[in-house]
Amino acid sequence: MLRDIFQKKRKYATLPKEKHVNTAPSVEKTQVPEGLMVKCPKCGAISYSRELTKNLKVCHQCDHHYAMNAFERVSALLDDGQFFEYDNDLRSDDPLSFPDYLNKLESDHQKTGLSEAVVTGEGTIKGFPVVIGVMDSRFRMGSMGSVVGEKIARAIERAIEKNYPVIIFSASGGARMQEGVLSLMQMAKTSAALAKLHKAGGLFISVMTNPTTGGVSASFASLGDYNFAEPGALIGFAGRRIIEQTIRQKLPDDFQTAEFLLKKGQLDKVIHRKEMRNVLGNIVSLHSVKEGI
Amino acid sequence: MAGELPFEKPLVELQSKIEELRKFTEEKQIDLSDEIVKLECKAKELAEEIYGNLTPWQRVQMARHPERPTTLDLIKDLCTDFVELHGDRLFGDDSAIVGGVARFNGIPVTVIGHQKGKDTKENIARNFGMPHPEGYRKALRLMQQADKFNRPIICFINTQGAYPGMAAEERGQSEAIARNLREMASFGVPIISIVIGEGGSGGALALGVGNRILMMENSIYSVISPEGAAALLWKDSGQAQRAAESLKITAQDLNELGIIDEIIAEPLGGAHRNYALAVQEMRKSIEKNLTELRNLNSDELVEDRYDKFKAMGKYNLLSEIS
Repeated sequence: MLRDIFQKKRKYATLPKEKHVNTAPSVEKTQVPEGLMVKCPKCGAISYSRELTKNLKVCHQCDHHYAMNAFERVSALLDDGQFFEYDNDLRSDDPLSFPDYLNKLESDHQKTGLSEAVVTGEGTIKGFPVVIGVMDSRFRMGSMGSVVGEKIARAIERAIEKNYPVIIFSASGGARMQEGVLSLMQMAKTSAALAKLHKAGGLFISVMTNPTTGGVSASFASLGDYNFAEPGALIGFAGRRIIEQTIRQKLPDDFQTAEFLLKKGQLDKVIHRKEMRNVLGNIVSLHSVKEGI
Repeated sequence: MAGELPFEKPLVELQSKIEELRKFTEEKQIDLSDEIVKLECKAKELAEEIYGNLTPWQRVQMARHPERPTTLDLIKDLCTDFVELHGDRLFGDDSAIVGGVARFNGIPVTVIGHQKGKDTKENIARNFGMPHPEGYRKALRLMQQADKFNRPIICFINTQGAYPGMAAEERGQSEAIARNLREMASFGVPIISIVIGEGGSGGALALGVGNRILMMENSIYSVISPEGAAALLWKDSGQAQRAAESLKITAQDLNELGIIDEIIAEPLGGAHRNYALAVQEMRKSIEKNLTELRNLNSDELVEDRYDKFKAMGKYNLLSEIS
């Protein structure tokens, strides 16, 4: 038994050098805002794009959290901004021959350089190895189809094997309509993988970012041992418009925000982006103690 | 025919004509039986033609038929000794989901399902079969009980979807559905999920993580309602018919996609025309699948369910494409 623990510890050691891939492309390449300056959609403050990126894409005036793409997220979170990517060779199929689906995939690929709406892999945070998944809402609104579901399930399986914690950053409009019921079933697939992790005693930290809705919110994103969110993130099952139509009344402005859900008892904590690495590192470290005092 | 659908009109007209001739024969004492037999033959052919070639949209209409057997109808006819159980022990009792314990062929089982109403009054009471979080949490509680006492679980799926309301969001609609998905994946008892009408999105799937997924012949299962898809894709919910075709939501489509295990045949014209026959077919199917599953131990059942859902999805490897 004891020996097992130590063996696992050894596995925790740093990743083999040759596996390291610097997946955070240079600033020039990933800079989402096209111009030199960006206007905050919330308060209107103007920031230099470079300053904004340095500030983890948080508005210096009102703290508005701009969307972060998957690679920016990885570099902001993991030690040295590095990780080893899993399964980046999986590509979506068009199982229903859905009108225009393949074209849309291709155009999102061209626009973002991403092969799908989630990037998965492993790296270390504050020295602790973790399996991480980061969704990117620029690709098909972060919707979950077969590839997203499969990549997340495989990442969780690897985490079980290696006894690593899992951290997933969600940013998704929900299930991907163009893959029909196959997308729906990815909710079950990812949740079943988490059932295995749960049974194995593994740690899962879910971080919901703007937006986390529909089939993603109603599956893995809500199943964290810790459910966290970024400030101002829209989180919910049904869309605001549908709810307003159903109940025929206007919803409060803060409805379905992270802060609203925190108040309703649906989240563990809302974490400012600048605190994210510290808080996650701390939680992971709290779980790395395998023996009692 | 009561509750006829638009595409059934030619058949209904023919049948009323036959009825007229019958009355005529009786009243006027003129023998028209040759004519009647001919028309009956024609009606039979017409029925087979209509029901044998239903379009996806026509299936949607059948699946939503107000007289279709509901979960409680099916439990009553399939099971004995049913005791309905209520409440989630946290907030309340959601009447859009019903459940309890019963016997199926003498075997104790837990039965759970979405419950729609048959008329407006009943539908309002049942919230049109659209559950709140407490409905899913009641279902979970009953499934945990089944797991504890080693009873197979049979789930009947029939909902447009989880209720999109303010209170539902506040109480954690997403979390309630998600938790059911994860917990259903881990139960060590056989789970059979049967789509009996509409299988709408996550609200349906929350009862759908079974070792076997069966669908009645005229049921649908979809990631989004045809109306919703049409509104999103073409900004026009009137295009629902087109969306129904693109989305591949019929039992036949899902069987071809390998998502479901079996289609349960319905009587000609739909389950609502002959409950007894519909129940008879369903009983056969449940018997067969339950017998197979009862041969597996609890670990095998969990593994079987995992493998089933892990295999769902279509994707390619980059190396295979280029």
